This record gives sequence, C-alpha cells and structure tokens, in this order.
Amino acid sequence: MNIPKNNYYTKDHEWVRIDGKTAYVGITDYAAHALGDITFVELPKINEALKQSSHCATVESVKAASDVYAPLSGKVLAVNVQLVTNPELINQSPYEQGYFFSMEFSNEKEKSALMDASSYQKLVEEISK
Amino acid sequence: MPIQYQGILAEHAHTRQAVSVFDICHMGEFMLQADPAICGFDRVVTQNIISMPLGSCRYGFILNTQAGILDDLIVYRISQASWMIVVNAATTSDDLAHFNKNLSIGCSLEDVSSKMAKLDVQGPQSLDVLEKIFGDGIGRLNYYTFSEFAFQGQHCIISRTGYTGELGYEIYITHDYVGKLWELLLSDPRVKPAGLGARDTLRLEMGYPLYGQDLDISHTPLAAGMGKFVDFSKDFIGCDILIKEQKDGTKEHLIYFQADSRRAPRHGFSIFDQARQVGVVTSGSFSPTLGVGIGMGYVTGSYNIGAPLLVKEASVEIPVKVVKRPFLKSTSL
Repeated sequence: MNIPKNNYYTKDHEWVRIDGKTAYVGITDYAAHALGDITFVELPKINEALKQSSHCATVESVKAASDVYAPLSGKVLAVNVQLVTNPELINQSPYEQGYFFSMEFSNEKEKSALMDASSYQKLVEEISK
Repeated sequence: MPIQYQGILAEHAHTRQAVSVFDICHMGEFMLQADPAICGFDRVVTQNIISMPLGSCRYGFILNTQAGILDDLIVYRISQASWMIVVNAATTSDDLAHFNKNLSIGCSLEDVSSKMAKLDVQGPQSLDVLEKIFGDGIGRLNYYTFSEFAFQGQHCIISRTGYTGELGYEIYITHDYVGKLWELLLSDPRVKPAGLGARDTLRLEMGYPLYGQDLDISHTPLAAGMGKFVDFSKDFIGCDILIKEQKDGTKEHLIYFQADSRRAPRHGFSIFDQARQVGVVTSGSFSPTLGVGIGMGYVTGSYNIGAPLLVKEASVEIPVKVVKRPFLKSTSL
C-alpha cells in the first residue's frame, strides 16, 4: 500500500499535501483500492468555504458511493476537472493525477488533528487485520 | 464466487470484447423425471414445457396463487419425460418445496445442486474457446438450445445461454471435474475470470432482471414486462390473476432509464416525476459500456420513451430519461 511520507492523513482516508498556505487533497491508495473502479466524482466548487471534517466531495465506484470530508478548513482554490471525465485517475494515481482539489487552509492548528504517514500506516494495518 | 478478480470494469470490458469465465456453482439445479401429460409440471411454471423440443431451453417463472413471482428459472428438456430445472441459489429450497407440493405423486424430482457445478463462458470468443475443448458440436448450438458433451470422459451439459448479452455458453458439470475445467479454460490466454460485480453490470446493460431485486413476490411477470415468457394457452398457478391484469393493467410496471451523467442510480433510490414520487429503483449502476448511469425500477403511471424523470436519494438528484431495454443495442449475442 502506497502511503507517501510527507503527506498528512485522516481516519476517513483522505490525504493532504501541504505547500505553504496551500493544501492539496485527495483519497488514499487504500481508499481507492477499497472502493474499486471509481466511476464518478462530485467535487467542491471553487471558492467554496470548507469546514474541517465536513462533507466536501463524493466518490462513486461500481460497487458503492462514499463521502469525502475536508481534512482542513479553508477556501477551495482549484479542482481537478480531469476527474470529471477520467475518474479512473483516482485508482491509477491517487496522490498525483488523482488529487481532488487544492485549498487555502485557514487554521494552522487544525493540522494537529491529522495523522502522519506512520500513524496512518498503523491505522490501515489495524483495519486490514 | 468473488465480487471481482482484477476489477469490475476490466472484467466487464473483457467479457464484451473477448471471453470471460464465471463461477456460477451457487445456482440450484433440479432433475425431474415425469410424464409430461399428468405430472402437473406444466401447471407450476409459466412457460410451456410440453411443446418444448428436446434439447431446448425455456425461460419462465413460478408464481404463487396471486401471480407474485416466486422465482425465475430456465427449464432444459433432456428427453420426452425428463427436464433439468435451473433456479436461483437463494430460492432453491423454497422452490423445491413448491414443486414437491404441486407435482403429482409418481414424479421423480431430485435436487442435484450440491453435486452439480456451473461455469458460464461468455463473450464473442467463447465459441472458439469451447470448440477447442469440446469439439465442433458447440458451433451447432443455437440460442437457447443445449447438448451433452464429454470432458475428460465426464458427461456435462452445455447450453448456449447466458446473462451477459454476449455470445456465450453455460456448462453444467459434476463438482469433481469443475476445478480441472476451470483451470483448462483459464490456461487459454484469451480467457479471464470475471466475478459477480461484472456479472451484475453486464446483465444490467441488457436489462435482464435479477430475482430478489427486479423480480419478487410482490410483482407479477406482467408488471415486470415479461409477458412473453408466460404461455396463456395453458393453465398454471397464478394464471387467473394474470388474465385479469391483461384486461385491467398492472398497478406498477418496470421501466428502464438512463442518466446523462456518470452518477449511478442505485437500488432503493426513489423515482420522481417532478415533485411526486412515482416509484423505486430496483437495480442501477454505472454502465461501463455507455459511460453513464443506468437503471430500472417499478413506477405507477405510464411513461413514454424519452420521458424525463428524477432519481433521488437524500441530497442526490439524478436526471434520467425513460429508455427501451436493452440499454446496449448491439452485442455478439
């Protein structure tokens, strides 16, 4: 299972990559794999204000639909429009081409609620037991 | 049988373009030996089993006295006085009890489900693959006919039937040999295994109903739009109710609909005509071939092809249009 070291993670299997005040958000390799072939994604709107842990996107596979939650609070800067017609990018490249959106996060302190790669690795191992 | 092997979309595409093998060992099979004129079999099922040619298969239903569907099944006529009956896994024991209750004394009905295995080989290349194993007799099978073949000296039944909408075959063989046949099939580089997930999206693209979802005890074959699998020239359990329905119409009927987006309508979602709920989705999915959401469900009222409806669940709203089945117009079938 691919869990890049420099990202942050949530218990709901979102990942966050922080670059200055910008955060890139997507779902983890584990989540994409568990969902199976992803066929549809609903992304937030640009400039939409997100609140940490609130619903911000929806992802559907052939098997099921699943909610995606904002890992941090802040304003949506850009969304990955590629996913609208090519949602399979989420399966193929969950941390790069399959990212969902970028946001300007507003509260540095919220990062403390996120997991680092090794904690997330432990969570995944625990679930997979 | 697993939901998937390498992934539902890949397995779906491989079945449409090449050939897949499905492990369908869970299905129920009964062997019936009985005098067709007096055994009462014809009264239990909606299809006419007396007029069936030897070596043919016929799809139909067993109904309760209210014409509610107890199961859908395929009957194989093996000889003048013997049939194989293929039923759904979950309904096997109830079906057996229903047959035993309604067949006349002196019939021999055996549930062979635990001994009989079943593999479905489906896809445009299925004929080539099976001819290599079973010989050119496979090519002589017409749609909905079967014949007996041998695999390593073991007798098996192969019918040209299936649940995918592609050219395909269903193989019935004893459990002792099915593992070897599975391995031999997969040793052909053209063949890949496919799971229940792809089986569901493949059948849905053809608008084939699934018992327990699209067909159930609270709906009749006429409500399901399956009147052509009912022989009204004979008497059968539930017949009087269906004759009445033919005259008066059914309360609900099954419709097929297609979204213009990739979002999938799903089982249990509500169907709305503007602000009024008119029905419920029984099956729905993303269609891998068409690249949009498709589904079916029972509605009250009548809707023309092209009529706009709305499929809803919580905050999700999927605009759909009523279409004719099958969703997929051209296959290798």
